[in-house]
Amino acid sequence: MIPLSHYLTLGAILFGLSIAGIFLNRKNIIIILMSIELMLLAVNMNFVAFSYYLGDTAGQVFVFFILTVAAAEAAIGLAILVVLFRNRGTINVADLDELQG
Amino acid sequence: MELKVVVFWVFSLVLIGAAVGVITTRNPVQAALFLVLAFFNSAIIWMLMEAEFLAITLVLVYVGAVMVLFLFVVMMLDVNLVPQREGFTRYLPLGGLIAATIVVQMIFLIRVRWFSPENFPAPTPRGADYSNTEELGRAIYTDYLFQFEVAAVILLVAIIAAIALTMRRRPDTKYQTPGEQVQVKKEDRLRVVSMDAEK
Repeated sequence: MIPLSHYLTLGAILFGLSIAGIFLNRKNIIIILMSIELMLLAVNMNFVAFSYYLGDTAGQVFVFFILTVAAAEAAIGLAILVVLFRNRGTINVADLDELQG
Repeated sequence: MELKVVVFWVFSLVLIGAAVGVITTRNPVQAALFLVLAFFNSAIIWMLMEAEFLAITLVLVYVGAVMVLFLFVVMMLDVNLVPQREGFTRYLPLGGLIAATIVVQMIFLIRVRWFSPENFPAPTPRGADYSNTEELGRAIYTDYLFQFEVAAVILLVAIIAAIALTMRRRPDTKYQTPGEQVQVKKEDRLRVVSMDAEK
């Protein structure tokens, strides 16, 4: 029997790793997007775990909607990245300094 | 040890290893493939929690669509690998410290007595005739119908936004206009010239 806290700890470790990924790879915008996907996966893990242990389907419905929004976010983010690369010729975060006040 | 416990430990350790691989590898293609591995392993762990529909959806939608999109973009953009890595060791202490702090705080919160197995006993396994897809579908199409339609609108907006962002208009490209082509008459194209026959 696996207690609930094991699943929650796994989700917490995944969330922490993705936060570290955003800090470490702050020059590479593609890896930042991948870290965000990993972060959403960690949150989904907690939702599924609570849904299982509380016997409530609402958690799984919420995971369904999170998957929808994450797919839309990835599609729009990568489209923005492609347009950025086409217009500027780079996706280096340090070069994207047009918007200064 | 019970089989489910072994499966949980093996797949969660591989999942954590894959997550470490995503954030530490040098090559974005390798990072995307590590992320595919992470999604596969978490799909297995969701299967352990009897969320079969979501596990298969995770493999189909994430591995089949989103990660292929990521790989497509990574391979299409010519990313020079060397300058992307600068600052990795510089931000390693701060990023590791913040992440470790967050993980330790969350584990302290999880380890309190409220989440103990006495308060959350493991549910009895469902029989073979139980359908997770049917239960989820019933919930979505009755209680969450409005939210489901909002999700559909979000996907539509994403489709339109992605196409509108990446569509390229070239001003010098020649296009056909089929409407005018269909409506053309004989007089527009053919001119009968009467001329004297040559002797």
